Amino acid sequence: MIFVRTFKTAWNALIINKARSLLTILGIVIGVAAIILIMAIGQGAQDLILGEIGGLGADTIVVRPGKQPTGPSGSIDTLFSDSLKERDLDALRKKSNVPTLKSVTPAVFVSASVSYKGNTYRPQVFGWSADSMAEMLNIYVTRGVSFGEREDRQRESVAVIGSKVAEELFDGEDPIGKSIRIKNKSFRVIGVLPPTGQVVFFNADELLLVPPSVAQLYLLGIDHYNEIIVQAESPESVDRTVADIEHTIRDLHNITDPEKDDFYVQSQSELLSMVGTILSVLTAFLASMVAISLVVGGIGVMNIMLVSVSERTREIGLRKAVGATNKDIHRQFLVEAIVLTAVGGVIGTLIGFALSAVAALILSRVLGVSWAITFPVMAAVLGIGVSAGVGLVFGSYPAHKASEKSPIEALRYE
Amino acid sequence: MFLLELKNIEMTYRDEAVETRVLKGISFSVKAGEFVSIMGPSGSGKSTLLHILGFLDRPTNGVYTFDGKSMEEYTEDELARVRNDKVGFIFQTFNLLPRTTVLENVKLPLLYSGIKESVWDTLAREAIEAVGLGHRVEYEPSQLSGGERQRVAIARALVNKPDVIFADEPTGNLDSKSGGQVMDIIQGLHDKGHTVILITHETYTAEYADRIIRIKDGMVESDERVLVRRAGSHLVK
Repeated sequence: MIFVRTFKTAWNALIINKARSLLTILGIVIGVAAIILIMAIGQGAQDLILGEIGGLGADTIVVRPGKQPTGPSGSIDTLFSDSLKERDLDALRKKSNVPTLKSVTPAVFVSASVSYKGNTYRPQVFGWSADSMAEMLNIYVTRGVSFGEREDRQRESVAVIGSKVAEELFDGEDPIGKSIRIKNKSFRVIGVLPPTGQVVFFNADELLLVPPSVAQLYLLGIDHYNEIIVQAESPESVDRTVADIEHTIRDLHNITDPEKDDFYVQSQSELLSMVGTILSVLTAFLASMVAISLVVGGIGVMNIMLVSVSERTREIGLRKAVGATNKDIHRQFLVEAIVLTAVGGVIGTLIGFALSAVAALILSRVLGVSWAITFPVMAAVLGIGVSAGVGLVFGSYPAHKASEKSPIEALRYE
Repeated sequence: MFLLELKNIEMTYRDEAVETRVLKGISFSVKAGEFVSIMGPSGSGKSTLLHILGFLDRPTNGVYTFDGKSMEEYTEDELARVRNDKVGFIFQTFNLLPRTTVLENVKLPLLYSGIKESVWDTLAREAIEAVGLGHRVEYEPSQLSGGERQRVAIARALVNKPDVIFADEPTGNLDSKSGGQVMDIIQGLHDKGHTVILITHETYTAEYADRIIRIKDGMVESDERVLVRRAGSHLVK
């Protein structure tokens, strides 16, 4: 009741000085708009990236050789370790070892150029079953055929290529059935993938898939894998599957102390939460940098409130003469500052949302991804709440000054 | 029984090294329903006296008793309360809130009172009618003449139905015709039973009252009855 009345009084005082009030809250408006924009973009990026990773399926588990990397240098260990071999694959395939396992496929990475007639191109060459990739990433061969375990067992030199690879090598010729050369070995192209673009960590259009055993034997001369990709029966059985995998491989490698593991197992949910954490920390960091501008805006509000208190000395005196207590005056000016900054927060939030919609449209166009327009409700609550808080903090001193004015001094003031 | 009573009121202002004695021991009493003029040349301390009488300032020395209670016993918040419901002020410079309607200006004391918000409008309109400005309710001060502005200020002083009305040179900024109207209203308030204390330096204005206290150099020079009161054509009925 008393608050509604004080609010009305404050509102009227601010309306009387419209231009000044608007200029005063400009700093707050800009600060809040920037925070909303950053949080919306951060949220959009998070949704996009997590969506892509999530596309792998929550039931996907990856086993990698070496120790779990704890930093950039740790991943070198993964590249050079040869601890995962066919015996591991066979052990995992045994139902008695990992009962909740649905499928398991190995993968090796090859660094090589590919040539056809005069054309040379450097695609991402993976020794990975095209059937398995199709199932996992939902990218199915649209021209020609795929390959799977049968071709792997029979060491067939076949390849499935991405749309960009086809374009670069074949200049519009039909690639199906043509023979290409990788590291001086001849491969027959049997399938082409549709244009897909960026998928998780690689560009599907630049892929070249060959059977893993062929990559090991003919291209690399190794007998280990870079990754073993496992699918659990269901997302719920992931944890149990991970535990079974660890147990099975430890047994096989005669490891008793988990600290000495020469492999590590990562589930998608783990990866999701890791990336999610990184992105939200980054967003929070940027938002807090921008929050500094709110402090600057708050100082501007304090400055103008002090000017206003001094200009309205007579009004304060009059109010006291007709019965306002110090508390009444204090409340009036404090509420005025809070209303001022909260209005700034609301305007800033609206502008921030408008800007993030524009940013989402531009990013969608430039990056060629479906960047969702997100309006984080949290950001709006935070933006308006924080700016009202700024009013509370920076309005306190002017309000205190106002309340302390003696009524006769105030009435005498010309 | 006196409504207000002053005993040896002294007021000294200290400004760094300089000490100014404005009031040097003033004593007098006012009964409920009296109309008293306080006269004196400028610098005589009459405004300071009014500030003390109106609970806007505390004396350096002396005892001021209002309605049987000494001012010293009041806290700051209690003084604000007394100013709100026992006292109405009329200032020389009107002191209306700019860009605020007559109605809202008159409502101002009600904002700080314990009176229910639902009756504020009625009370304010009554007070505005009483000073003959019923047709100006939605006007802003800048659209009114000086006399009208002072009448709004009177309405504001009346709205809380105070025991005492203090008027500090209410006609000082007005032409004699508007001044006459304002004084008629003030006299009408007295006739209705309000206690009025008027500060002025004009004998003509002072003679509306039934008693004149002259102040000089911070002391009471004389305190006498007015034998022939100036009669006005009362606007207030």
